[in-house]
Amino acid sequence: MQEMSQRALDLGVPMSVHFDITYRCNERCVHCYLDHDDHGEMTTGEIKRVLDELADAGTFFLTLSGGEVLMRRDFFELLEYARHLMFNVRIKTNAVMIGEVEAQRMVKLGVDQVQVSIYSHRPQVHDAITKLPGSLRRSMEAIRFLTQQGLRVTIANVLMTANLRDHAGVQALARALGVQYTLDPTITPKMDGDTSILNLRIPGSELNGVFHNENLVGNVEEFCAAPPVPDEDVMEGYPCSAGHTLAYISPYGDVFPCVQFPLPSGNVRRQKFLDIWNHSSELNDVRSIRAKDLPVCSTCSHVGTCTRCPGLAYMEGNMRGPSTADCEKSFHRTGIRSANMLRREGQEDRPISSGPLIHIQPMTAQPVVQQ
Amino acid sequence: MSDKYIAKSSAIASRLLGGEMMIMSAVDSTFFTLNPVATVIWQAADGRTPLSEIVACQVCTEFEVDPETARRDVERFVEELSGHGILLVSEHSIPDSATSPSEAA
Repeated sequence: MQEMSQRALDLGVPMSVHFDITYRCNERCVHCYLDHDDHGEMTTGEIKRVLDELADAGTFFLTLSGGEVLMRRDFFELLEYARHLMFNVRIKTNAVMIGEVEAQRMVKLGVDQVQVSIYSHRPQVHDAITKLPGSLRRSMEAIRFLTQQGLRVTIANVLMTANLRDHAGVQALARALGVQYTLDPTITPKMDGDTSILNLRIPGSELNGVFHNENLVGNVEEFCAAPPVPDEDVMEGYPCSAGHTLAYISPYGDVFPCVQFPLPSGNVRRQKFLDIWNHSSELNDVRSIRAKDLPVCSTCSHVGTCTRCPGLAYMEGNMRGPSTADCEKSFHRTGIRSANMLRREGQEDRPISSGPLIHIQPMTAQPVVQQ
Repeated sequence: MSDKYIAKSSAIASRLLGGEMMIMSAVDSTFFTLNPVATVIWQAADGRTPLSEIVACQVCTEFEVDPETARRDVERFVEELSGHGILLVSEHSIPDSATSPSEAA
């Protein structure tokens, strides 16, 4: 698989596409970055045309997500069409609308895996996050339907202040259900740039506990090891697959390098996907970045091992800059401060100005009203 | 070789990448890559064309291989992929088999 990923990179093929087919949702999660109103999402016909274009472009992995995918009445029609085009289809869902019949249809259509968001093993915590009473019970029932049909399920556990003590409970739940478990402590700003939900990010001290928990990371010594000295391969390397072998498409047809990288790069309602993929100046700009080009991160000891997200950096103001959330992750994982942290601490230590605090300049006589 | 018909399973994902076919089984996520010869056979597996015709008209002509060698290789390939459940084999033509226009990309 790694060999094929490298080949896709060499050939410039968008091997993976994350396609949000709707932003509408039946839950109102407190940490969600989306606007759930429908501002004119693509029609069934438009989405099928885009799927045709993705297949022609060589896309193999197709993640159908949202919003809640099952809010679209044509979801199974789109799924059937995607499978007819031989995509490997993965679905991200809250699963509350999945009953036995829906689970059977997903299996019959050859869905590869389903990822279900679960925030807590305690209904009062999970339902308070989703703001949908009974949602944990319904999601759990759906997971049972899916696994009974033989579908691979992963429980995705986003960690935030509201559920930071519950990951062990969710992990135990996943174990009892015989499904995979993945934990993500990343809370991203809203797509309109609103950063208020970042208050939900778990504090650094808790992050430290997560990264040193062998039940979550496996070999703690290995996971938290100091980064090796970066070599030339690292410095010539790409930050991540966004825009290289991965693309994101919104329900309105907007194309971005990644779901977490809201850099508008084109719209499939106006252009063919492959034209955007091959010729978008924004995507080409993203592709031009090498680790050595990152003004702060290239000097950082974590440059080769950091999970630096260029999308989060972009949302902080500069896609070539540091992603503060990832600096903190690298620090709490290894105990070694990032170059960005050291730089900011240096700025805070320094006096505001080395010159006089008040500059007294001679007043110049200016007419108040220009004639 | 008694005539056989081959068709792709519907429980797979596949895509052509740089002249080689990537296939993933939806049953167990096993991942396969086919070399150019196997890719031609895969693309011709429409459930209607006899395997002997695929060997004669596609494999032998496109890859300049003698019929006996081609037959042996193709039988081995078909046996292996059918063993993984990603290729269906029958003594009769297989109606409604999975076909994808995008695989020709």
